[in-house]
Amino acid sequence: MANAQVEAIAKGAAEPGCAKVDPILVASNVTRQFGGNKAVDVAHLEIPRGKITALIGPNGAGKTTLFNLLTGFDKPNTGSWTFQGKDLAGIAPYKVARLGMVRTFQLTKALSLLTVLDNMRLGAQDNPGEKFFASFVRPLWAKKEAQITERANALLARFKLDAKSEDYAAALSGGQRKLLEMARALMSDPKLVMLDEPMAGVNPALTQSLLEHIKGLKENGTTVLFVEHDMHMVRHISDW
Amino acid sequence: MWGSFGFGIACSAAFALILGIPTLRLRADYLAIVTIAAAQALYFAFGTSQFAAITGGSNGLSQFGEDFYRYNPIPEGRYDLGIITLSQDEIWIRVVAWGLVILVAVLLVILTRSPWGRTLKGIREDEDAVRSLGKNVFAYKMQSLVLGGVIGALGGIVFTLASQTNQPSTWVSNFTFMTWTVLLLGGAATILGPVVGSAVFFAFLMLTQGLLEGMVNLGWLPFLDVAQVGQIRYLLVGLFLMVLVIFRPQGFFGNKKEMQFNG
Repeated sequence: MANAQVEAIAKGAAEPGCAKVDPILVASNVTRQFGGNKAVDVAHLEIPRGKITALIGPNGAGKTTLFNLLTGFDKPNTGSWTFQGKDLAGIAPYKVARLGMVRTFQLTKALSLLTVLDNMRLGAQDNPGEKFFASFVRPLWAKKEAQITERANALLARFKLDAKSEDYAAALSGGQRKLLEMARALMSDPKLVMLDEPMAGVNPALTQSLLEHIKGLKENGTTVLFVEHDMHMVRHISDW
Repeated sequence: MWGSFGFGIACSAAFALILGIPTLRLRADYLAIVTIAAAQALYFAFGTSQFAAITGGSNGLSQFGEDFYRYNPIPEGRYDLGIITLSQDEIWIRVVAWGLVILVAVLLVILTRSPWGRTLKGIREDEDAVRSLGKNVFAYKMQSLVLGGVIGALGGIVFTLASQTNQPSTWVSNFTFMTWTVLLLGGAATILGPVVGSAVFFAFLMLTQGLLEGMVNLGWLPFLDVAQVGQIRYLLVGLFLMVLVIFRPQGFFGNKKEMQFNG
């Protein structure tokens, strides 16, 4: 990391928990205890907006638990955090996602018995056809659905999954499921994508194209926070 | 009459809400346990003499269908339909029942093919994944539970109108398990499945009853008497169900492809 870049992101000296010039996510004093084991103990954390931030640490350091806490899937013992200035502590996971903070899972959660395309469509927000009564009246949602499908196909093509779009997600390989999950998270045009080990199990050639894609996200103004063990990759793409 | 239809449906929706609020946040098993227990609780509640003025106690109610049969446009008389002869009222209830079946089936086809149905399928696969995509999983589960309750209420209304009797003892656990058999037979997560499943199931029950009774009367089954036949057919149903689950777990209409990925 070049020093000039570090100075552009951090406010003051670059050290753990330092303040950033333009943070999108700010967390303070977040702790989570499982019995006597303090899994997460974050005094202060700021994620810079529009940058790629890597979250690194040995196995069992609590990286995934922190993800779970920040996205509302788990409740912390103490702490508070804000996303784009909005207090997020205690907010239900689906609301967090609607605010534009979408995560993926370390153990992929592809929806096995839905087709790849349906998986993608499910990632979109504000589809009127997903309301119970509106779903009976096709004209109310056909147009939006067509837009969603178009976007889904474009994303699938970028992730080299377009040939599989009519297959069940269960028929995909482990690496392909990772790709699908990441593509699905992008369907809603999130402000902040949180990727939990996106590269684990993906073949090296594909990793290259994924890296390019993550960089492309940054250019579109999306903030990326990811957990990764591969330090080469971390050094290659992360800004912080 | 319309009032009581509406009241029945509203009650089932309200009951689904009450059951759903505590249990839908837990695993599906708990919902199953609670619904069976609640059915049992209602059975005892409606059977007590406390409410006899309204529910008729354990004797239930009967002959409440005049209003319904007054709408019958079919002229009075006996109608010979080839293999069976039916009265005008018997035809009327069948027409209404099948009409409802078709209506509900069409609505469900529309619903399952809509984005709403897709979201529900997603929830079936993985709740957390769907949550992470910004869907209110609890609301979807509640909507589908209420919908199921309302369809059940429609079935119950037709069922009681056909015999014009309604006793608490009809609705014990046996009835629940028979319904499950019907669903498995037709194929879970299908629309035609339960329709055909119930037709096959009840035809099977009646056929075996007739056949076994005939065989007993002819002296072919010396170890049985006529009174035992009723029990024996349920044994056969159990056997049939086991064979079905082993050799055709997807039922008549289930998607084999969907079953293969289970686990």
